[in-house]
Amino acid sequence: MTTQAAAAPMTLDVSQTPRVPFTRLVQVELRKMFDTRAGRWLLISIAATTALVLVIQLWVVLAQDMSVTFGDFGGGANIPMNVLLPVLGIMSVTSEWSQRTAMVTFSLEPSRSRFLRAKFVSTLLVALVAVLVGLGLTILANAVYAGLSDNPVTWELSPFQIFCFFLLYVFSMATGFAFGTLLLNTAAAIVIYFVYSFIVPGLMELGTLLDWFKDIRPWIDFANAQNPIIEADVSGKEWAQLATSGLIWLVLPLVIGVWRVLRAEVK
Amino acid sequence: MAAMIKVEGLTRDYGNFVAVDDISFTCKPGTVTGFLGPNGAGKTTTMRVMVGLTPATRGEVTIGGLHFHDIPNPGRHVGVLLDASAQHAGRTGREVLTLGARTMGLPMSRVEEMLALVALDDTESRRRVRNYSLGMRQRLGIAHALLGDPSVLILDEPANGLDPAGIRWMRGLLKGYADRGGTVLLSSHLLNEVEQIADEMLLIGRGKIVARGTKAELLAGAGGAGTLVVAEDNDRLVAALDERGISHTPVGLGFRVDAQPVDVGRLSVEKSIVLTDLRPVEGGLEDLFLELTSDTQRDDLAHLPAPTGAPL
Repeated sequence: MTTQAAAAPMTLDVSQTPRVPFTRLVQVELRKMFDTRAGRWLLISIAATTALVLVIQLWVVLAQDMSVTFGDFGGGANIPMNVLLPVLGIMSVTSEWSQRTAMVTFSLEPSRSRFLRAKFVSTLLVALVAVLVGLGLTILANAVYAGLSDNPVTWELSPFQIFCFFLLYVFSMATGFAFGTLLLNTAAAIVIYFVYSFIVPGLMELGTLLDWFKDIRPWIDFANAQNPIIEADVSGKEWAQLATSGLIWLVLPLVIGVWRVLRAEVK
Repeated sequence: MAAMIKVEGLTRDYGNFVAVDDISFTCKPGTVTGFLGPNGAGKTTTMRVMVGLTPATRGEVTIGGLHFHDIPNPGRHVGVLLDASAQHAGRTGREVLTLGARTMGLPMSRVEEMLALVALDDTESRRRVRNYSLGMRQRLGIAHALLGDPSVLILDEPANGLDPAGIRWMRGLLKGYADRGGTVLLSSHLLNEVEQIADEMLLIGRGKIVARGTKAELLAGAGGAGTLVVAEDNDRLVAALDERGISHTPVGLGFRVDAQPVDVGRLSVEKSIVLTDLRPVEGGLEDLFLELTSDTQRDDLAHLPAPTGAPL
């Protein structure tokens, strides 16, 4: 380069353009979850299967004349949420890669860590909405139960219980998100996630036949460690077990996945 | 004028394979720079490094004095189209532009303006990208690149998939854009897409820039491509050419002569030879292009030994 050109560099006047605000990135990432048929139907099917599970639960409860609590319906609503929310978490990340939109995304926001944070916050917001939808459906189910059953009806739901629901949904969404960043491929991430959520617990159960494993299992089995949260009754030790097992199954994949996204060449 | 895009000593390796090998060039405002080379020559890799999608092994790229990463809201300054097919197949064209406009903080009217600019009508804009032809995807990609009214455009193979009318339209669009002071870098593997619009051309082959300059400079540098000439009496023409020591080879009805048309014309007047056809060799630049990049071509045009070990 000649010194002449270096002395008078042509520059872009960027003084009038602030960075893209984080809230706008979050809004865009949220929109991306809804604006394709796949994303929209996934959200609709999460709500629909939750409703379906509650209908079946109601039907069984009423037919068998069982006595259930509000929390029991909440537990029913958790089942489909915990299966499908991770898929949403996975797809929010991997669709950028499998559909190659990351190329466009990063040309509009080159900071990949900001992009990932916006993505993550948008999945958290969906988890929050899922809690509200789940809660609404649970209230509806309990109301139907109250109207049709002669058994006692409870309406007790503490803020801590709601917080626990939120925590559960965040865990499942975030684990999906972590597996998504780790594999950057929708099919692989979903398969690995379901191996993790359906096969690993069985192996953990088998492992308890070994004495030495029996003692460490509570500290490394994330699914098992979430049970006290489902019950909304968590002791100090159980929080610690949640933390250590979560470190292995949520934080570690997430850290490796984030590192991968920050470095990966976007094709 | 100073450079808007500045590439300095850029190298990118993949293990032993050097995709881009120490290239440097600049693009000035108000000009269109054509980046030409066969498939796999390193054009796309260079452009990807410019936008930060691929890290450089060595060297750097600045746009307006800044690294791409440091440009705030880069869509407002640098319009990028690297792969028209890199869009979610399930989104509509309009939605793709809406996401871009929202990210950049633009009014939604901008989406309509861009759709009109690239001539995607209302029905087409509401179809999913999956159902778009490659030409429509290119139009959408160009609309996306122009959305933020940037002062720099980086377009990888934008004419790919456009029909001849579309290519002409794009030429006009980019020419007008450069005339208003914009900086355009566009790549192509087809010379004729670029030669009419590019003020400056960069020829790249196997990761290296093999030639650069305006069309005229490139041709002059190659010593001209010669002249096709047909005379009423070819034998007399041959005699005259031999006398001057100008080499010639029979082509069709006449000859291909290694001299400029003006010299051959002068000769014919001096010797009173009636010419029935006199013109510069068509595709002179194309020959040059193929020659300069011949050892990087997949097809062995020059009957040279095939390149070995090029992991493409």
